[in-house]
Amino acid sequence: MAAPLLDIRNLTFQVDRHAILDRLGLAIQPGEIHALLGANGSGKTTLAYVLMGCDGYAPSGGAILFAGVDLLPLKMHERAKLGLTLAWQEPARFEGVTVREYLTLGKPDGDSEPALRQVGLAPDRYLNRRVDKALSGGERHRIELASVLSMKPKLAILDEPAAGIDMLSINHIIDIIRALKAAGGSVLLITHQEEVALIADRASQLCAGRIIFSGGPREAVDHFRGRTCVRCDGEVCNYVRT
Amino acid sequence: MVGAEPSILDDTRIAHVVAHGHRILSHRTVPGLRVDMEETPDAIIGKLVVEAGAQIAQPIHMCFGLAHPTGVQQIKIDVQILEGAHARVLSHCLFPFAQAAEHRMQAVMEIGPGASLTYTEGHYHGPHGGMQVLPHATIKIGKGARYFSDFSLLSGSVGNLDIDYLVEVKEEGIAELSAKIFAHKTDHITLKEAVMLRGERSRGLIKTRVVLEGQAQAEITGITEAYAKGARGHVDCMEIVQGQAKASAIPIVRVFHPEAKVTHEAAIGSVDKKELETLMARGLTPEQAVEMIVSGILR
Repeated sequence: MAAPLLDIRNLTFQVDRHAILDRLGLAIQPGEIHALLGANGSGKTTLAYVLMGCDGYAPSGGAILFAGVDLLPLKMHERAKLGLTLAWQEPARFEGVTVREYLTLGKPDGDSEPALRQVGLAPDRYLNRRVDKALSGGERHRIELASVLSMKPKLAILDEPAAGIDMLSINHIIDIIRALKAAGGSVLLITHQEEVALIADRASQLCAGRIIFSGGPREAVDHFRGRTCVRCDGEVCNYVRT
Repeated sequence: MVGAEPSILDDTRIAHVVAHGHRILSHRTVPGLRVDMEETPDAIIGKLVVEAGAQIAQPIHMCFGLAHPTGVQQIKIDVQILEGAHARVLSHCLFPFAQAAEHRMQAVMEIGPGASLTYTEGHYHGPHGGMQVLPHATIKIGKGARYFSDFSLLSGSVGNLDIDYLVEVKEEGIAELSAKIFAHKTDHITLKEAVMLRGERSRGLIKTRVVLEGQAQAEITGITEAYAKGARGHVDCMEIVQGQAKASAIPIVRVFHPEAKVTHEAAIGSVDKKELETLMARGLTPEQAVEMIVSGILR
């Protein structure tokens, strides 16, 4: 097997001495779609923020190697320059910034139209619109994914990419995730939606800041379902439903 | 002085007034527009009337300024847009070398029934911060009339800016006031805009975007009062504060009729962290990200 693109070792992140990520280990191969499942509060979004280097999310222990490079000393934009990016669950809105500008960040000569078409939005209707609150939640999500597509990242962390997307459009989101892989990228796919998780090559379940299961996506989804504790059967988090 | 296109002064289809200090350098009128300008030692006194029903196709350019580091310019102007008339004014206020200069504007505007005026005002005060600018205006908007203003001061220093506008809106009239200002160093802004929605179904919007850096200070007051059935108003103020700058926003909304409604939103703070991090996650440096967010807000 090739060296992992992303290699997370014993990653710990604490808030007030409480471990949100607890000696977490995870590896993602080049070209892999890896789904991350877990109950609310299990640490999925925190892991995304720590990987991206968001302000206030410096880990207290462990290591993150990305294409063999130690990420921890790097700032967010330096990580992005290496080919890592994050699509937020609730994307930010920008007053005055057009969709065209947003899709060509840092590369003014970039062509924003193909990415917009890939997410199912007509360029002539959207390129001159602003990435502001006039867009619906679903439109904003699609533009966020178009922005990731146009960046051509080595690894895209997608935090609930199908949140707020209507049922008929879920397949479109799935196509976009596959397009990222087809372009040679990897995807860390945080999702609660089974049909989205099942497109992954592999999947892991997170509970109380630890990976408690890794395997095929169907196995991971089944592992997550119908347990005494919806998270881990009480093995890790000590929570047992009564 | 005419924006980026001086040839506008030679175009006979375009009305203009150009004044340096208290001297009128040039003016031209077009059919449907009367312009009377008078030089006095203390002020330029002018009257601009758009005749009833006239549609002034090209914007009327008003260019005021001083080409010296010091001096005073005072403009007293009466603008009347008579019933059913439509006009656009592009006002350029240029003080590129100001070190201790002053520009005062006292305007009275009256927009007649069914008429409209779009007033776009761009300022440049040079790099020194020695400019004092005091535009004060009273604007009366008639039944079914519309008034749109857009004030911008986005490059160079501001100096000391003190804007005071009072707008009265009659039945089914519309007033929209927009201001965008980027202040630096020791610039000081006092901006007070008041919209009185006197008539039924009248509407008002005050939208202010101010970015402050260095030790700049701003006090923004947006007042909307609604007195009649169906009147609708909104005050929207956003101030981005960087460095040692200080800002305050005071939205004042008052409603005097049970079927009127006025809303407001005000936000003051540093650049939004999530917006910043989103752009950095696409590879922009923190400086590039701040520049993009700020330029978007001031657009």
